[in-house]
Amino acid sequence: MVKMIIWVVAYLILAPFVGGLLSGIDRIISARMQGRKGPSVLQPFYDVLKLTEKEKITVNNVQDFYIVCFFIFILVTGCMFFAGQDLLLVIFTLSLASTFLIIGAFCSGSAYSTMAAERELLQMMAYEPMVLIAAVAFYLHCGSFKVADIVANDRMGFPYMVAAFIGFVFILTIKFRKAPFDLSMSHHAHQELVGGLKTEFSGTTLALVEAAHWYENVMLLGFVFLFFANGTTLGAVIGVVVCLAAYFLEIVIGNSFARMKWPVALKSAWFVAITFGMANIVFLYYR
Amino acid sequence: MSTIFFLILFPLIVAIALLIFKTDAVRDIIVKVSAAVIAAGSIVLAVQNFAEGGQMYDFECEQLGTIMMVIEVILAVIIFVLGCKHKKYLVPVLACIQTPLMIWFELSHGHEIEVAHNMYLDRLSIVMALVIGIVGSLICVYACGYMKDFQHHQPEGAKDRRPWFFFLMFLFLSAMFGIVTCNNLVWMFFFWEITTLCSFFLIGYTRTEEATNNSFRQLILNLVGGLAFACGIVVLGCFYGTLELSTLISYGTAGMGAFVVIPTACLALAGLTKAAQMPFHSWLLGAMVAPTPTSALLHSSTMVKAGVFLILKLAPVLGWNLAGIMVMLIGGITFALASFAAISQSNAKRVLAYSTIANLGLICICGGVGSEAAVWAGIMLLIFHAVTKSLMFLCVGTCEHHIGSRNIEDMDGLFDRMPKLAKLMMIGISGMFVAPLGMLISKWAAMVTFVDSGNFVLVAAICFGSAATAFYWTKWLGKLSAIVANRENVETTVHGDEKFVHFTLAIMAVVICLIFPLVSKSIVVPYIVGVFGTTEAVAALSSNNLAIMCIMLAVVILMVVLFFGKTSKKIVPLYMAGANTGDNLHYMGSMQTPMEQSLRNWYMDSWFGENKMNILGLASTITILLVVFAMMFAQVIGGIM
Repeated sequence: MVKMIIWVVAYLILAPFVGGLLSGIDRIISARMQGRKGPSVLQPFYDVLKLTEKEKITVNNVQDFYIVCFFIFILVTGCMFFAGQDLLLVIFTLSLASTFLIIGAFCSGSAYSTMAAERELLQMMAYEPMVLIAAVAFYLHCGSFKVADIVANDRMGFPYMVAAFIGFVFILTIKFRKAPFDLSMSHHAHQELVGGLKTEFSGTTLALVEAAHWYENVMLLGFVFLFFANGTTLGAVIGVVVCLAAYFLEIVIGNSFARMKWPVALKSAWFVAITFGMANIVFLYYR
Repeated sequence: MSTIFFLILFPLIVAIALLIFKTDAVRDIIVKVSAAVIAAGSIVLAVQNFAEGGQMYDFECEQLGTIMMVIEVILAVIIFVLGCKHKKYLVPVLACIQTPLMIWFELSHGHEIEVAHNMYLDRLSIVMALVIGIVGSLICVYACGYMKDFQHHQPEGAKDRRPWFFFLMFLFLSAMFGIVTCNNLVWMFFFWEITTLCSFFLIGYTRTEEATNNSFRQLILNLVGGLAFACGIVVLGCFYGTLELSTLISYGTAGMGAFVVIPTACLALAGLTKAAQMPFHSWLLGAMVAPTPTSALLHSSTMVKAGVFLILKLAPVLGWNLAGIMVMLIGGITFALASFAAISQSNAKRVLAYSTIANLGLICICGGVGSEAAVWAGIMLLIFHAVTKSLMFLCVGTCEHHIGSRNIEDMDGLFDRMPKLAKLMMIGISGMFVAPLGMLISKWAAMVTFVDSGNFVLVAAICFGSAATAFYWTKWLGKLSAIVANRENVETTVHGDEKFVHFTLAIMAVVICLIFPLVSKSIVVPYIVGVFGTTEAVAALSSNNLAIMCIMLAVVILMVVLFFGKTSKKIVPLYMAGANTGDNLHYMGSMQTPMEQSLRNWYMDSWFGENKMNILGLASTITILLVVFAMMFAQVIGGIM
């Protein structure tokens, strides 16, 4: 119980720093890949702090409610993950949070954010099966959906779940909002429709969306870590290294592709889920 | 026992009274009072039998069997005549097979078979009785207001057939109470056929060509199901010497499910037709031509619920045998494909219909898997679906009368045009797919049990189906939540009855989620322990997880109450590439004239089009049915040789 509380508190305090730093590193690496010097590694923090000082404006009286709910439930998701709760519970809470974000964009009635909201929905539909399948794979491997049990499990999951791992890293591109699947909200201004999902968010609201993204990224990397956890220090080291490698890989992918059309996202993500994901499930059943 | 009789007979008497008294004022009073009485009756039934969880009743009555047979013959004649009159010749053919079969059986074998218990009551029947008694009668109350508007919208001089409509609604309730309390399968079959006929007349209520065609489609498909039911009874009677549902189920709990696989498969097939599973699902889609209360009744508390009720009842004899595999696969395919098809629909009622078909598919899978935890999930799904889906249908019905369309595209700005209704619909939609509300919790439980069943087809079906489910609900939710400026509020003319029912259902939908752990512990778990005789934990979700869900729901409710619609920020116009004329509706076009902006949803017809899904569904499910029945036939032949 005490351990659980420590993890939750640590997540709540440290995740934004880790997430923000990762985002800063992302920007430097991306810049170097494009032959630029890039900003300071702390730039994402400056950006968010600056947002909080902007004039307090909004487009209607309900949008802030949805975004605050989005932020809160992203935090809840992460807390439950790091408290070692049920993996499916974590996934469903994450969907709840995403739904709030999407409704926040829809509610403005603006053409740009509505379009992005629908694209975000499409992305959700694209990645959700693979995420669920990955969770099922953990369950079949460890006999439990609980994150705490999966972490404490003494057989590393990765050798039994290589296919599910590949599938999960594939949909991570969508979750990290990287090209070619950054349909609803992009880091690259040159391929964005105005501001995508963020079009009608401003000031503190936008700051919350950014901060939630940091929290979410850390949680997602935690998910990657689970594939390697086996209760030993070595497993943990491998896990952290692979998490960083996966993050770097996503940056590389993000910089080497242009945004693709939406059918590619849906087709490829579902294809990966059916082939890699389901093959792994069948393997785990009949092993 | 007397309460059961009351619940079966009272709606019947009310139905006849409604046929006699034809003025609006009297009908309103009768409907409302008797709805209250029926709801109270079902609660009394629950309270009376709560502690010991019900019992079996022998209740012997020779004459009753004869009366039922006579009524069956009369109904068969009516069906025969109607079928011939409308040139739907399959109907008389089916009636000519089914009724003589049953009469031959009852005269030659049936009366020799000793039936120890004709009726029973267990916790599942109590749950069903509560659903029928509370949700069903709320829908009848709603119909009072709705049908006034409906009649008003009819062409001038159209005959007022509302007495007939209300007669059928209450007859339906009566028959449903019969289905959930009859242990004698012949009796159950009688009520089963009554519900088929009731929905036939309800769907055909408007007597337009479309309505007539759809009602006959319903009749044909459900007569096929009825025929399967009759075959099940005949096989069970002739070869196993029993007519009791409880005896059939006891084979399953004794681990001999495979021994009774043929009658089980026949009964399960009947359940699948009534639960509108592929390949029989088209009748439920056709049913939406009827006035909205009919759809609400068919989708939430009656008809389709009778189908899944039977399948959940049969759960102990299903599982990993041919009958169980048939139910699992058909349910799985139906769930996934119906969820996909719902994406391509813009007609609100059609979206609801596909969602119903999909959710019933899930419940069927739960019955098919047949484990304790799966049945737990199935019953939970049944309860939540009844409340949430009736709320959704009744909201859409009211919406249609006020904005003149049931198309989701026309619900632009509903948030301002009908603020209360839009918010209730948002509650309803959220209840259908998002954590921490009921349907998601039970879907989660179902998923866990599917994984445990070892059937990877089901795992794939639920993973992909759930993703599609979230897509079509959220885009509708988005449409409702969008704030479009300067819309007139048209909500002022909603009938008081309709408002009352909307609010009651919405509150029920939320409250049941809050008391979810209690429902599980006090009703569902004891039922499963009673049927399966196990003592270990049967709930698919740990109480820890349920508690977390309840806390999350409480947090969401608190957030809504405290913060929804409040802001201290300055409200500014939307971004329209710098050309917003200031009203958020128009932008300056390139010719310097204001152009109106309008937004449309995304349907992906080329991907998830209805026709594609139907062809895929029909082909695969018909193949499964043929293969399963062929294999059973081969086994029988092999046994004889």
